[in-house]
Amino acid sequence: MADSTNTAERLSPAVRAEALESLLAERGLVKSEVLDGFINRFVHDVGPMNGAKVVAKAWTDAEYRAQLLADGTGAIGQLGFAGPQGEHIVVVENSDDVHNVVVCTLCSCYPWPVLGLPPEWYKDPAYRSRMVREPRTLLSEMGLDLDDDVEVRVWDSSAENRYLVLPQRPEGTEDLSEEELASLVTRDAMVGVAKVGSD
Amino acid sequence: MAPTLDIEGPAAPPRLNGELVFDAPWEGRSFAMAMALVEDGWFSWDDFRDHLIAAVQRWESAPDGEYRYYERWQEALESIVAERALVAGSEVDTLAEAFAARPPGHDHGDHHHDHGGHHHDHA
Repeated sequence: MADSTNTAERLSPAVRAEALESLLAERGLVKSEVLDGFINRFVHDVGPMNGAKVVAKAWTDAEYRAQLLADGTGAIGQLGFAGPQGEHIVVVENSDDVHNVVVCTLCSCYPWPVLGLPPEWYKDPAYRSRMVREPRTLLSEMGLDLDDDVEVRVWDSSAENRYLVLPQRPEGTEDLSEEELASLVTRDAMVGVAKVGSD
Repeated sequence: MAPTLDIEGPAAPPRLNGELVFDAPWEGRSFAMAMALVEDGWFSWDDFRDHLIAAVQRWESAPDGEYRYYERWQEALESIVAERALVAGSEVDTLAEAFAARPPGHDHGDHHHDHGGHHHDHA
């Protein structure tokens, strides 16, 4: 079959990535198994459940909560969650008066060790620009309506800091265990585009 | 150093609001190459991030089609490995051209993710 595709299409990022891996491997700079390991780890192991455990512990242990707010990276590291993009995690706490939401306007930085890799919408240019410009409108479009008297704080990730939102513990969950609480905590709540529900 | 993680049990459900981490296999390969090179100290994460920001900004100053994060990632990776003299851009171009010229059926560029550097099918 004649190759009628144009150059841009033929040099898709897929084929460029394959070529780059091949060249790096030839030079002994990467190993296929090591790459497989990173992929497996991020696809299967690291995910928002790590962050959910952090949140649930903070909800049930006042001392841990204080520590978490003072030194996010340290407190998160105590639970065994560390790694790239987890070096400088700052935890910001929601309250009746303040709602926090996280964005990375420049490049989609995200606290990988606690939330895994970012979802599609987090990387979207519209999310990245609009969350700074019109957070209330965007949050509302994403299904989170906030009262007018709630202050919205938008945290823009940087080389120095990644942010994790500590959501409010839902009412009616006093009898739940830490594990049960963790199961309520969603990724979206920890980015700040949703609240945690009680079921 | 690798975190110990439960993937089952009561704390697992938050994954349900996750979604596919990578849309295509090459995105995972590109992601992992950057991770591996950072881990081995060929460049720092912050330096990679600077290249990623630059790649994102290049696209945003002249948007071309749909924004695809891992395409920018791949572009950033190519630019940093060239800067560090690990792999020149022209080498990637040449080998990618060769891969792209493989007969149909072998590969349409989107699914293939051969594990290693053992290609001998230069057209």
